[in-house]
Amino acid sequence: MDNWTFGLTLMFVGMGGTMTALAFLAILMDLLKRVFPVKEEQKE
Amino acid sequence: MIEAIINGLSGLGAGLAHMHWSNPVMMAIGCLLLYLGIKKDVEPMLLVPIGFGAVLVNIPLADLMGEEGFLRTIYNMGVTNELFPLLIFIGIGAMTDFGPLLENPKIFLLGAAGQFGIFLTIGLALAFGFDKLDAVAIGIIGACDGPTAIYVTSKYAPHLLGAVSVAAYSYMSLVPVIQPPIMKFLTTEKERAIDMNATNTDNKPVSKEARIIFPIVVTVVGGLIAPQGVPLLATIMLGNLMRECGVVNRLYKASENEIANVVTLLLGISIGATMEGQAFLKGQTLLILAFGFVAICLDTVCGVLFGKLMNLVTGGKINPLIGAAGISAYPMAARVVQREGQKYNKFNFLLMHAVGANTGGQVGSVMAAAIMLSVLKGMGIIP
Repeated sequence: MDNWTFGLTLMFVGMGGTMTALAFLAILMDLLKRVFPVKEEQKE
Repeated sequence: MIEAIINGLSGLGAGLAHMHWSNPVMMAIGCLLLYLGIKKDVEPMLLVPIGFGAVLVNIPLADLMGEEGFLRTIYNMGVTNELFPLLIFIGIGAMTDFGPLLENPKIFLLGAAGQFGIFLTIGLALAFGFDKLDAVAIGIIGACDGPTAIYVTSKYAPHLLGAVSVAAYSYMSLVPVIQPPIMKFLTTEKERAIDMNATNTDNKPVSKEARIIFPIVVTVVGGLIAPQGVPLLATIMLGNLMRECGVVNRLYKASENEIANVVTLLLGISIGATMEGQAFLKGQTLLILAFGFVAICLDTVCGVLFGKLMNLVTGGKINPLIGAAGISAYPMAARVVQREGQKYNKFNFLLMHAVGANTGGQVGSVMAAAIMLSVLKGMGIIP
């Protein structure tokens, strides 16, 4: 594989993959907060 | 008898006779690192052992990195097998409070944008003729994350370890100097003055259960997406799980203190040991230092531009400055954002939002490295 193909592939898949993975984790974290909301005693 | 004394004396000062010109230069560089660490307080925990290691390894005939040298023993003990950076990650996980990030999970995206510099710099290094794996090691400086840079470099381009590590830690400490001009150039005064405490009223507090489950979810999901990065993800998340679960306080405290301190010492001196004059003093090293600088600038540019995009999408709720904190230099980048924000609105407290982006940057840098390694494996570049 030549350097250009390698660089461009890594750039697109790397940036896209990182963004997608963290977006997915952000959604999961939001869900997690809904499933396990703060209880009254924790608020106190 | 006299002949024996003369022969004996000839052994003294032999180091001086075998001195190559590069050795005193590197000793001076080692002393410069010591000066920066001791006098200027620039990452002293690392620059002091690195600087001292650089001085030691350039003493001729001491053979400290030879087969049985003590620096080689330390190097083989934890750098060759990537153990030291991973142990440090446990400590980092134990030190990090992901609460601000969990309160506002969309900030996670800034932690992704802040890693774009890694991939852009890899392209740049390739354009300058670097070998594929060397380019990867250079690009990873943009993670702004010492242990990640050391992990990747020691595994795939060990001959660049000294230059990459020094660049990574030096630029991390220079974040307060590098970032503000870029932040100012890319944002308007009105954007810099946005008070996120007034605009973001939907931040929800996080339960203890969510805090405990977070590291487990990140490890499993991240591991399934990018299996090559499991060691990085798992160690930082193990440290955080120990912090949040509240039942292994001794382990958590040992991870963030004793273990992290001992390993930092051993890692630092091992990195210094790779800075042997004839191997280090090359034009390539200067290029690596230059690319490292470019990588961190690109991270900041991408982070701030993504912050502007989020500002647009959310109808002006996000202060784009916090995008600059989407890197792994924790908590320095968050402090820079707070300071810059207050210059334009003295009642503006961006710190907690910036800390959220900053911890997102920590997960982001590890995730980016994990994805990069998995893509490299998929392409057949690494075994």
